[in-house]
Amino acid sequence: MPSLMIDREVLIAAPVDVVWRTITEPDQISQWFADKVELVVEPGAHGYLGFGDQGGPVVVETVDPPTRFSFRWNHPRGEEPVTGNSMLVEFTLTPEDAERTRLRVTETGHELRAWPDEEKQRYADEHQEGWGDFLDRLDTLIKKR
Amino acid sequence: MTTPPDDELWSAIGDPSRRQVLDLLVSHGEVSASWLAGRVPFSRQAVSKHLVVLERSGLISRRKEGREVLYLVEADRLDQATRAMTEVAAQWDRRLATIKRLAEAAHAENKRTTPS
Repeated sequence: MPSLMIDREVLIAAPVDVVWRTITEPDQISQWFADKVELVVEPGAHGYLGFGDQGGPVVVETVDPPTRFSFRWNHPRGEEPVTGNSMLVEFTLTPEDAERTRLRVTETGHELRAWPDEEKQRYADEHQEGWGDFLDRLDTLIKKR
Repeated sequence: MTTPPDDELWSAIGDPSRRQVLDLLVSHGEVSASWLAGRVPFSRQAVSKHLVVLERSGLISRRKEGREVLYLVEADRLDQATRAMTEVAAQWDRRLATIKRLAEAAHAENKRTTPS
């Protein structure tokens, strides 16, 4: 896997289909994400996410129940999210067993997706440490001043 | 909602190639574009383009030394960027924690109403 910008995960004590509904049903999304959710969960569907008096368009990319769901947004700008101006949020659901699901979320910048696979792999190999190590080194750099 | 990271920073560090350039500047201090080009898997022209974007976002600056142009990171701006990144990661952690709570509650409710 390439080293990504945001890459977090959580283990949930619920079956994969329950987790899938929680992350894809608009009335559920409004409980963990935006205040206002207008979204049809279909690839290519255009929707809207509202955060208080802010908000912006969202475009669904991948819907592969019950394991993959992704969308593109460019919060806080109100432009139409397309490759090149937006962030891609990808959820991956992995059943650990009948009662437990690992949920991973990644949020990546615009050009990573466009890279050929071998280039991604090379980047991943060279950047095993990822963002965390970068932060550590940066921290050291700042402390040195 | 907390303040989102500002757009220029976000897109400047959102690109993995640019982060690779930034990485090298963070770990090696002041270096030239040709030095950088020798250490990345993309062209000298690409390096120059990334340097322009990074400079525009305020993450790096340049200095002339003799006939050479050297680039260096602007630690304060970079610090601001990494704080923004950390905040975005923390936001996702909070969202994941809420998803976990919702899904586990729904599962418990399903089990209660449809005992197997």
